[in-house]
Amino acid sequence: MTTFTLNGEVRTVNTDPETPALWVIREQLDLTGTKFGCGMAQCGACTIHVNGRAQRSCITPVSSLEGASVTTIEGLKGADGTLHALQQAWIDQQVPQCGYCQSGQLMSAAALLAENPSPSDSDIDNAMRGNVCRCGMYGRIRSAIKQVADASFYDAMEGNQNG
Amino acid sequence: MGKWTRRGVLSAGVVGGTGLVIGIAVRPGNPTETAGHLVTGKGENLLHIYLKIDDQNRATAILPHSEMGQGAQTALTQMLAEELDADWDLMRFEEAPADGAYANMALGRGYLFAGVNFPDAVVPTVDGLVLKLADALGMQITGGSMSIRSTGQYFIRAAGAAVREMLVNAASKAWGVPQDEIRTANSRLYHDTSGRSAPYSEFAAAAARVTPSSTPKLKKAGQFTVMGQSKPRHDIPSKVDGTAMFAMDVKRPGMVYAAIRRTPVAGGTLLRLDDSKARAMSGVIDVIKIDALKASGMLGAYSAGDSVAVVADSYWRAEKALAVLELEWSTKGKEQVSSASIFEQFDRDITAGVNRLVDVASGDADAAFDSATTLLTADYRVPYLAHTCMEPPNATAEVTADRAEIWIGCQNPLGFRQHLAANLGLDLEQVTLHNYFMGGGFGRKSNADYALQTAIIARRVGRPVQMVYSRAEDIKQDFYRPAVQSRFKAGLDADGKLIAWQNTYVDKHEPAEAPLIPYAVPTQDIGHVASPTHVPFGAWRSVDHSQHGFFTESFIDEAAHAAGRDPYEFRAEMLKDKPRLLAVLNRVAQEANWGRPMEEGRGRGISLQESFGSIVGQVVEVTVSGGKTWVDRVVAVIDAGYAVSPDGMKAQIESGIIYGLSAAMYGEITIEQGAVAQSSFADYDAIRMHDAPVMETHIINSGAAMGGAGEPGTPGVAPALANAIFDATGKRVRTLPVIKADLRSDAEASPSVAAVGA
Repeated sequence: MTTFTLNGEVRTVNTDPETPALWVIREQLDLTGTKFGCGMAQCGACTIHVNGRAQRSCITPVSSLEGASVTTIEGLKGADGTLHALQQAWIDQQVPQCGYCQSGQLMSAAALLAENPSPSDSDIDNAMRGNVCRCGMYGRIRSAIKQVADASFYDAMEGNQNG
Repeated sequence: MGKWTRRGVLSAGVVGGTGLVIGIAVRPGNPTETAGHLVTGKGENLLHIYLKIDDQNRATAILPHSEMGQGAQTALTQMLAEELDADWDLMRFEEAPADGAYANMALGRGYLFAGVNFPDAVVPTVDGLVLKLADALGMQITGGSMSIRSTGQYFIRAAGAAVREMLVNAASKAWGVPQDEIRTANSRLYHDTSGRSAPYSEFAAAAARVTPSSTPKLKKAGQFTVMGQSKPRHDIPSKVDGTAMFAMDVKRPGMVYAAIRRTPVAGGTLLRLDDSKARAMSGVIDVIKIDALKASGMLGAYSAGDSVAVVADSYWRAEKALAVLELEWSTKGKEQVSSASIFEQFDRDITAGVNRLVDVASGDADAAFDSATTLLTADYRVPYLAHTCMEPPNATAEVTADRAEIWIGCQNPLGFRQHLAANLGLDLEQVTLHNYFMGGGFGRKSNADYALQTAIIARRVGRPVQMVYSRAEDIKQDFYRPAVQSRFKAGLDADGKLIAWQNTYVDKHEPAEAPLIPYAVPTQDIGHVASPTHVPFGAWRSVDHSQHGFFTESFIDEAAHAAGRDPYEFRAEMLKDKPRLLAVLNRVAQEANWGRPMEEGRGRGISLQESFGSIVGQVVEVTVSGGKTWVDRVVAVIDAGYAVSPDGMKAQIESGIIYGLSAAMYGEITIEQGAVAQSSFADYDAIRMHDAPVMETHIINSGAAMGGAGEPGTPGVAPALANAIFDATGKRVRTLPVIKADLRSDAEASPSVAAVGA
């Protein structure tokens, strides 16, 4: 049995403790916005926040989430349904093509801005290099991050946006 | 040719490219009787096969193309809205069902009549023919960069214009006024003299009973208000909050999960299976052997070899159990086959030239080479490439003795449905297919192997099953861009003019014109020899252009340097009778500031490629240091005739460039002991954020016939990159990927430097 907070709600799951969080979130908790891309932490499609930090859910044993605060793409919006500033920037810059990697891209970008509200290009490179986009929308992702950088501050721990 | 009539089949026969003789099918005047039940709900009227209008005056485009990222659905909706005079805010789209009513003739036309321009009067007849053929062959394909230029240009716009006329016709009868006094705008009809107006929805039911004109009046480019605008894509909001539905997001009641592994050597059989350990593991429901199955794709059909699936109550448990299966596979006598042996075979077959088939023969090659003052020869090689869509192949199926239902993301829904029916022993009507957004397609998801595997597992288990490829399975069980070798010889005269061009390569697929060059070289001898391997191949973004673009645009660069000429000017001089190509080349040179001096260690290269009806010029700038290549910037220019959605077109070109750049820099599938050696993004990597170049794309709306956008960005980046590396280092990359080339300068490669570096 593992108990953790998922997008603000306390959830308890009963499964093999080594099961990656990705499959628990998708199959048992029915949140399918977090994607399976490689299962080896090489592509970033499955990125979630664990206690505010970006983590690859495909290699995160569910048992390690005991007591943690977990946020998935579904929890990136504000409690009132307002889009996170990055989600709006993703729309403004028309970032997604197939869209499959974008949950992970957004979660990595949100964690970056939470820690570093005005990242340099090389900060963006370092935070985002673990996220593959086979449609190749890196230029637009960078533009969208910069659109939000400096303009606001996102508190990944709280899952909401300040100032 | 026959007249366009209400129903029936005319007796005239036409021989299609496949040799089939097909009666000219006449598209029925109005499809609502046959297709209405497929696509309409409460309050909706189907006015045309591609268009319905509901009682809230919302118009929905019903589109026979899948969404794999290319955004064509939004652009097609723009085309429909334009001719319909619709309010953009009242427009939406949905994907057409996998039904013969929605077979698309886009690729049918392209494949059967490539390069043929039909007079407008003939188009409806030819389309009727191809519609019939497309239906027969199960084509509902998204590929070939065809959605906008074929489906959109020939069918969707006509549908919008025809329905607008039908609505006018219905209003004219109801209001008792002449049709030419009624105008349309913003999804409304107006009769200005009487002050009457009504939303389209008011006359939708009446208009649905009107027969559409086969020659509706289309707008001219100067009249467009919706086409030519960068409308935000309708699918994007759902792709930023996790709500977009991909096939893997489907959940059926009682669903279980399957992990799968196919024979490592393509076409192999399972000799021994010990599943006792796997069956003892918790959650495991069954272990299923799937006999060799037929996999058909756009470029052919294959026997895909045996596979084994483990079904469990969670995907993780299924994967874990799969890993402990004891498996022994036949190697079909291919255990000695490697990438090295394959390229040796190519080299041998090109040299032998047995049964060489000629694409182009002009002038006397021997005489031209005899008279040349400079001769140049080179061999180019590219490896096999996997597609690595972000979303691995997957499907969910429920199959009983007399019914199959499948949830999947694929590039050919109707073709998949037919493939399933044929291989499950069912009638087409017994198979239902639900198509979803694809997390990338790139050609991979035009092969129905993963659909059939899933259906077979589901039938055997007798309950809903979701089957998902691991990333390793995705990379090892692909239909690869073929490995290819291409041999060149060029002759220059005393003035440095290119007078002779000879090229022999292995294996020809599609499109036929891929190896041709646009340059005015008087003597040309381009041909190919067969050199088959056991490695399955398929369509990979831009298909044969992906290799030939690299070959020809690199070798023309070699010729320019051999002539002591600037590679841009050298090309331009040979394009005097090709104004569109020349305009693109000139524009990209200008936008990239061609000729501006660069720092030591940096270089720039140019390429020009016509593919899928569009012309793309590219300039790549690189920095090479310590043998490592950094791609700093890519400038692209595209002339696709007309950009329906300029931002969408830029996104497609830049996507195609990154896809081609990933392959050029890193992409290499190798064969060892007959099997694919790679298994993850660690050994088959892609361009990522930190090594993605700055890009800019410029659009020329030349007004020429529309071209595609999904693929034309891809072929030109590898040669422009290799040409830039040559400019920076003096080293010519003739074998991809770049990462395998030794680009260190002599000083960098010297033992003392190496020692310091270590």
